[in-house]
Amino acid sequence: MRIGVVTFPGTLDDRDAQRAVRLAGATPVSLWHAEKDLHDVDAVILPGGFSFGDYLRCGAIAAQALVMETIIDAAYGGLPVLGICNGFQILVEANLLPGGLIRNEHQHFICRDQKLIVENVDTAWTNQFTLGQEITIPLKNGEGGYIAKEETLKKLEGEGLIAFRYSEVNPNGSFNNIAGLRNSKGNVVGLMPHPEHAVEPGFGPDTDKAMRSGVDGLNFFTSVLNWMVKA
Amino acid sequence: MTKNISVDTTKEAKKTPDKAQPWKELGLKQEEYDRIKVILGRRPTSAELAMYSVMWSEHCSYKSSKIYLRQFGEKVTPEMRKNLMVGMGENAGVVDIGEGWAVTFKVESHNHPSYIEPFQGAATGVGGIVRDILTMGARPIAVMDQLRFGAVDHPDTARVVNGVVSGISFYGNCLGLPNIGGETVFDKVYQGNPLVNALSVGALRHEDLKLAKATNPGDLVILFGARTGADGIGGVSVLASETFDSEGPSRRPAVQVGDPFAEKVLIECSLELYAAQVVAGIQDLGGAGLSCATSELASNGNAGMKVQLKNVLLRDESLTPEEILMSESQERMMAIVPKKDLKAFTDIVNKHEVEFSVMGEVIKEPRLYIMWGDEEIVNVPPRTVAHDGPVYERPVAYPSWIDSLKANSASTLPRETSEEALKSQINQVVSSPNQASKSWITDQYDHYVGGNTALAMPDDSGMVRVSEETGLGVAIATDANGKYCQLDPYTGTQLALAESYRNVAASGASPMAVTNCLNFGSPENPEVMWQFKEATAGLADGCLELGIPVTGGNVSFYNQTGDVAIYPTPVVGVLGVIDDVARRIPSGWQDEGNNIYLLGITRDELDGSAWAETIHDHLGGKPPVVDLKQEKALAELMHGANLQGLIASAHDLSEGGLVQAIIESSLRFGVGARIWLNEILERDNVDLTAALFSESQARMLISVGREDDVKFVGLCEARGIPVLRIGVTDSTKELIIQDVAGWTIEELAREHEGTIPELFG
Repeated sequence: MRIGVVTFPGTLDDRDAQRAVRLAGATPVSLWHAEKDLHDVDAVILPGGFSFGDYLRCGAIAAQALVMETIIDAAYGGLPVLGICNGFQILVEANLLPGGLIRNEHQHFICRDQKLIVENVDTAWTNQFTLGQEITIPLKNGEGGYIAKEETLKKLEGEGLIAFRYSEVNPNGSFNNIAGLRNSKGNVVGLMPHPEHAVEPGFGPDTDKAMRSGVDGLNFFTSVLNWMVKA
Repeated sequence: MTKNISVDTTKEAKKTPDKAQPWKELGLKQEEYDRIKVILGRRPTSAELAMYSVMWSEHCSYKSSKIYLRQFGEKVTPEMRKNLMVGMGENAGVVDIGEGWAVTFKVESHNHPSYIEPFQGAATGVGGIVRDILTMGARPIAVMDQLRFGAVDHPDTARVVNGVVSGISFYGNCLGLPNIGGETVFDKVYQGNPLVNALSVGALRHEDLKLAKATNPGDLVILFGARTGADGIGGVSVLASETFDSEGPSRRPAVQVGDPFAEKVLIECSLELYAAQVVAGIQDLGGAGLSCATSELASNGNAGMKVQLKNVLLRDESLTPEEILMSESQERMMAIVPKKDLKAFTDIVNKHEVEFSVMGEVIKEPRLYIMWGDEEIVNVPPRTVAHDGPVYERPVAYPSWIDSLKANSASTLPRETSEEALKSQINQVVSSPNQASKSWITDQYDHYVGGNTALAMPDDSGMVRVSEETGLGVAIATDANGKYCQLDPYTGTQLALAESYRNVAASGASPMAVTNCLNFGSPENPEVMWQFKEATAGLADGCLELGIPVTGGNVSFYNQTGDVAIYPTPVVGVLGVIDDVARRIPSGWQDEGNNIYLLGITRDELDGSAWAETIHDHLGGKPPVVDLKQEKALAELMHGANLQGLIASAHDLSEGGLVQAIIESSLRFGVGARIWLNEILERDNVDLTAALFSESQARMLISVGREDDVKFVGLCEARGIPVLRIGVTDSTKELIIQDVAGWTIEELAREHEGTIPELFG
């Protein structure tokens, strides 16, 4: 299976996302922002970074990139798309997910091992978790505060569209502790924390067992393989 | 906006030999100006004057330090040179780490800009050092920073701390480089002159090494990256080479402004150009901008260059030729490209939407010609600009104050013996700004990006994987102790070397190479020059004894406010190699039931210590004794024991002494322990205060699984390393030091981690 990883100018975690795809057993395919062609990939990851320098608003310019025209159409058609951090911001700017992401309420960039609760497992990217599972993956951002209108929040809560919530610590002032969302079909998921940084023992978050041994992020990438087998 | 630019040409210079020129304002001395006239056989044009003034500034020419830096190249054995692919003098040193891989690393200062404009000063400091690494043909893989600020209770400190930390966070995070460690020190001597040093490390395959050379006549000289603007003009000569007067800063326009997005694009674009093999030589534009890049490329290649300055793409069309030559606009590179590769070059830079302009050609004649339209404004031998600048043997004087400072030892300060008082002193030391956890700062830096970080703050050294196939990696630690160096710069500098070396060894890597950033006061002060002389000799002698070469470095003079210099602060960075990062050693206890060992001997060494500073506000006496032979033995023991998998954790002992190491080891993963000190007191004949707080060298705190005990102790004894079991880890979530103090882990965490956020959060 082929999973595309998009590189925009200023993307940082593209090689990490490709590594995660490989470790999950799929083939990563590098996609360039200025090409419409998705090269027959079965799913797409929009990785983290500071696409186009975060100018204007985080993700706003990337959402207008040529590659996004194809991705947006394909996402409406059911193509699995995962947006991580800046990728989540891009999905929101592209109206594939609702709401907005603003400066962390404490005004600082923060990098920490973050606990999350898995709120929904009926998606392309979360089906290998159990409902209510607590996982730890790194969080690193300056503009991760999730905001939405009251009615949007009601809809998200009512229709089970919240994929992840922050556990123990809300690191950025996100409304309703929202860390990640899904769309109604479940093929599109976006979140601020970085599952691709918790896929390889020795390079992930600390666990009770050993230093940097956390691999809770791997399930995101095995989930999409499982989803495609079923589909 | 249009400005009438009157251009001073070489023709004009010949016609008007006696025209008054602002050489003094540009930082040149009379004899330097006279020498330029001798070199050229006429007065310089204003453009030439601008070039010479920046390139002959202290920052670029190392004119006061050169005679001392030579010993880093002289005090070396053939064995030390064995793995050195590129030594001092290039943008950064390059070391062969095996398997066809090489790494390049360097630390550089951005002190003065960071006081004037902390955010941009620190940000562009990161940007500059990363470009140095990129210039060697390497992919930058990590950054670190070494920061020194004024007193925590001074009203200006928060401005500088917040600005610098956000600047590093902003720039480094946007580049996608993990920040894997560094240092933060507060002391009133840095109040008007903070130190902001940034280190970067990069990795490359041997065959990808690039040098800043223009060799082949006919090759094109291409400037690419950001446009040239008015930022940072005269930054080098005016800022880095002059002392702040006590009135405070007023030179904001001379600080460069950084755009990390442009730099990230430039990194990816340059790496793609290297991979396509269309670049014959490359140089980044940093201090002294185009003046430096053109003259250095030509001089290094023993060639010349003819370039058209009007081809430089500008952000501000009103810039004069002199300003264009001096501009330190960030995120620019100069490439030497064979004509046949221009098409391939163009395709790649266009793909990345990076602007470029062909400025001219390499020529055979070793002469640098710069044209402004039809007018010749520069006609110089490039070597005289880039490499044959003035060299000074400045007067040196033994400081008048140092003997009385040395006589004032901390050994006579009152000591406590009651449990209550000792616990209070321990709490005060580990919660003092210099000894407290710096996680409030380091949590603002991304240490995950790249997916290769094996160790980062708060571990003893930062470690990154270089090869994903084999796990080959490098560890880096940096250290400087200004207080030790104030007491004795020779010993103090060796102590910095010893600590970095020990940190690297504690992480499981083998120390291999050294870089440095020498931060000192004014070289025109003979007492400062004495400190510099002692420090460089200490470092060169120390490296020779340890058998690891200095691969490069940076000198920052004029760090003072008015007449008052900072403590001499030579930052020493040591790079080590580890054949598989999976074997790295954690810095804290992870498992219960492990035995805790102290390696090394504890002496009563409290002069210049964290204890003397925190409890008694005292600085005096002699720094701890250096024993590099013992440090080497310790490193070899660590290597051997780690290969056998005997070590569960290792933490080096340094500022704050044994108790600091114990508390950090406990807090790293929240594991408790019971510790006893009585055997240290007996064997080493010291009291409790010394056992807890002494900063004796060549010591480490090791934890070992019970099953490996006999083997580990045997190994220590066989190698002559003093070893003492002083405790055992447990599941109590409490740290108990028998007959001294006890804490819950929670209580300890509050003490150690609360200070910095309370001050600056």
